[in-house]
Parts: sequence; C-alpha cells; structure tokens
Amino acid sequence: MTLQSELRNETPSKLSVRNVSKRFRSGARVTQALGDVSLDVGEGEFVCLVGPSGCGKSTLLNIIAGFEEADSGTVLTDGQPITGPGRDRMVMFQEPALFPWLDVLDNVLFGLKLKPGLTPAERLEVARFYLQLVGLEKFAKAYIHELSGGMKQRVTLARALAPNPRVLLMDEPFAALDALSREQLYGDLQRIWAERRKTIVFVTHNVREAACLGDRVLLFSPNPGRIREQFTVDLPRPRDINSVSLATHATEIMRALKSHDATAAQEVAE
Amino acid sequence: MKRSLGAILFFVVAVAAWEAACRARLWSPVLVPSPDSVAQYLWASLLDGTLLSAAAVTMKRLLLGYAFGIALGLPLGLLTARFKLLNDTLGLIALGLQTLPSVCWVPLALLWFGQTESAMFFVVVMGTLWSVIIATDNGVRNVPPIFSRAARTMGSKGLHTWLHVMLPASLPFVVSGMKQGWAFAWRSLMAAEIYVTILSGFGLGHLLHYGRELNAMEQVIAIMLVIIGIGLLADKVLFSPWERYLHRRWGTARN
Ligand SMILES: Nc1ncnc2c1ncn2[C@@H]1O[C@H](COP(=O)(O)OP(=O)(O)O)[C@@H](O)[C@H]1O
Ligand SMILES: [Mg+2]
Repeated sequence: MTLQSELRNETPSKLSVRNVSKRFRSGARVTQALGDVSLDVGEGEFVCLVGPSGCGKSTLLNIIAGFEEADSGTVLTDGQPITGPGRDRMVMFQEPALFPWLDVLDNVLFGLKLKPGLTPAERLEVARFYLQLVGLEKFAKAYIHELSGGMKQRVTLARALAPNPRVLLMDEPFAALDALSREQLYGDLQRIWAERRKTIVFVTHNVREAACLGDRVLLFSPNPGRIREQFTVDLPRPRDINSVSLATHATEIMRALKSHDATAAQEVAE
Repeated sequence: MKRSLGAILFFVVAVAAWEAACRARLWSPVLVPSPDSVAQYLWASLLDGTLLSAAAVTMKRLLLGYAFGIALGLPLGLLTARFKLLNDTLGLIALGLQTLPSVCWVPLALLWFGQTESAMFFVVVMGTLWSVIIATDNGVRNVPPIFSRAARTMGSKGLHTWLHVMLPASLPFVVSGMKQGWAFAWRSLMAAEIYVTILSGFGLGHLLHYGRELNAMEQVIAIMLVIIGIGLLADKVLFSPWERYLHRRWGTARN
C-alpha cells in the first residue's frame, strides 16, 4: 500500500440495521433498551439520532460498533454482517478516551501502527495529515492533560479518522464541551465530512445540534427504545447553528418530540 | 518561603533545646546522647567509611529484593485482574498477606534460609510483592472501559492491549503500590538486619544493633536518623512527586 492510496479516502459504507432488539437484565429488573429497530444509512450519509437519555441510542451505537451483541436482528455493513469491533467503524465517545501516557501524535499513530502495510515514515505522514485536518499540527508533541476539552475531541477525531474508516460512530462527542468550542467543532466536522466523506451516525440529545449536522434526524423514544419519526434536513452546507432556517427545523423536531413524550422532552435541550 | 523558614526555625530550636537539656544533665548521657555527640559519631563514621559501606550493603539488599518483588508482582497483578480464578485464589492470598506486618517473615526466613543473604532477600521480596500485586490489580480495574473499547476499534487485542493499554493506564496506581511496597520492604529489612547477624554484609541495621550492644547511644540515635533520612528521601524525592505527576497527567488525581 502506498501513501497516496492510504490517504485516498475509503468509500463510505452503507449501513443497515435489521430488526435489532436488545434487553438488559440487572437483578430483577429488565430493560428493553431496543425493541425491533430497523434503519438504513446510505453511503456517506450523516444521520443523527436524537432522544431523551435512556432511549437506547448508545446501545444501538455500541451494537453497530460491535461492542455489544443484539439479542435478535442483524447489522450489515455493505451487506456483510458485523462480528465485532473493526477499524472500518471508528467510534468517538463523550469522554475523549485518549491515552494520557502518549503525546498527541502517538495517540493518532496508535491505530495506524496496528494497520498493516505501511512503513513507519508513511504512518507518520498520515498522522500529521490528520492532525493538520483538525488544526492541531502545532500540538503534535503536547500531552493530553495539557489540552482543552475541545482540543481533546479534535485529537480524538483525528485518531478516529487516521485508520481511514468507512463509518464514524459518534456518541454525544460534544456534549461535555463549552458552547464556543462546540460551535467551532460543528463547522470543522462539516468541513471534514465534506472532505473525507464518511458515513456518520451521530448520537445527541441536542435537537439543534442534530438539525445542524444531520442529513437526516431520527427521533428515538424509550421503553422500548425505538425510532418514532424521521426528519430530512435539506439545508445547504456548511450550516450555521445560529441560523434562522436551522432554528425552524429544530423547532419542528422539538415539537414532534414533545408530542411523543412530554416529560422526556424536558430533558432534551433545544 | 515563609513556610520553610518556619520549619527551619522549629528544627533549630528543637536541636538547641535538646543540646541545652543534655548540658544541664537532665538525664544520663548513656540514655540520651547530646546532638553534639551524635553529630560527632556521624562525622567520624562518614570519614572512616563505615556509614557509607553499611548504607551501601543495606541499599543493595533492598534494591535487589525490591526489583525482584516488582518484576514478579506486576505480571501477577495483571493476571489476577484478568482471570477470575486467579483473583479468587492468589488475589485473596495477596490481600491477606499484605495485612501481615512484614517483620513476621523474619523468623520464617531464618528457618528456611539460615543467617544468609537469601533470608534478607526473601524478607524484602515478601515486603514488596503483595502491595505491588494488589496495586496493579486495582489499577487495572480502574482503567476506564472506553480505553479498551477505543483500543479494540483500532485493532488492538490480547497481549497488545494488555501491554500497550492496560499496563500504562494503570501506572499511577502501580506507582502508589510501589511506594507502599518500598515502605514495607524498608521496614522489614531493618527488622531483619537488627535481629539477624550475617557475615556476608554489615548493614545499617547491624550498626544500630551493635550500637546497643556497646551501649553507644549516640551511634543508635545517629543510625536511626540516617534510616529516617533515607526513608524521607525515598518518599519525598523518589515516589511522591512521581506519583502526583502521574495522577495529574492520567487524570486519576483523587482530591
Ligand atoms: N450494561 C447495561 N446494563 C443494564 N442496563 C443498561 C446497560 N446499558 C444500558 N442499559 C439501559 O438501557 C437503556 C438504554 O440505555 P442507553 O442506550 O445508554 O440510552 P441513551 O444512550 O439513549 O441515553 C437505559 O434504560 C439503560 O439504563
Ligand atoms: Mg448515551
């Protein structure tokens, strides 16, 4: 494999979730985290999952990532059933999960070193390419505890992109950040997605965030976790989180959420 | 600055009071020697080399046993964290033996190894080993699950995950265990040296022991001060700064 072919973007995957259900048993209580969820995500599509906490969004993402197994149903990427975690589907969590014993560059290199077919020099070049993409090339030698929350999530994004996955799974990656860093990251994520073209499943409980980022927004509701409704957001990109047209979409989604579950809607930020 | 000035003042006054009390003959110099005579002994033994060679003998024993205890304890701690059966057996033994004051190993060491270096080695290893096993095990259990999840998506598994994720992630806890292991090993080695005369090497504990035999109280006190000094140095210079730094950098600091 050459550097050029490595930096050339992998074609994004088509994801299909077929009749997936999952229950958790803790003691005597049984939670139906997911009840018969089906969903298709097109190649290079950006889909947001919104819903109050506890409606199974993370569970669905973990099943797609291969961390957990569904009780029934299947998940296919490009027609192939998934059997476990893989570098074609990279995951970002709310907490950065960066390794504090490594510097920024070595964090980005971690996954690259495990990818066969590259020379050390090529790996280094790939890692630097992605650090530049997230605007942190100057911080290659910094340690994780020296970075702000927003910078940490940028490194996490670079680390997730570096092995050139076909799918990016993001579980409330910006929820713990301050509003300013978050707004910057909305812009950057849209730019990077336009450039690198990944299939993205993005979990959030922020309706406005979902409307800003998603081609499609899927509304979840709990007990059992399921998809209640979906919205297509056909605004031009890049989208500004503060624009009026975006607020209109967000309001529409919010209204739908409230009509399904008034108490749950209070937990969801507009 | 003001703080350290206050501390220095405190120690100067304390030593001066001690010296004054000795000069006033408040008690017999056989029981409590004057700071002056203690300092004289320290200086003389430093010049004729007895102090340094005894310290070297002791430190060599300590480091040898300590290094072995860590080399054995680290993998065992990883194993007890990984395998339930080992946790239920070896983990329980480690927990029990860690509560045993390590001085209690001295009689057994004598019985098994006689008055030899092996007995010293054994006592130091027993002082180190259990703390390191427990700290490593505890460290691994404290590794955030998202670390191993992130590693798995990037293609890490099995031994790679253990060496490149679990072990470094638990380092702050391991260092805390190493600090505790050091303290236990140090105490038990001193006890062993005081109780066990061996011909192959004359350590600090032996100097202390012979000071008592000869009724040379200034020697006893001087060696005690040296032992305290080494203990403080290890804690304040070697372990605590490193431990604090790691907890801060790893984000595991407990406030
Ligand atoms: N490992 C688990 N054990 C028991 N219950 C769980 C577990 N993971 C999730 N649940 C339950 O499943 C439901 C869905 O959780 P989750 O997928 O995390 O929701 P969300 O991400 O939408 O907030 C919740 O009621 C939660 O308590
Ligand atoms: Mg969640």
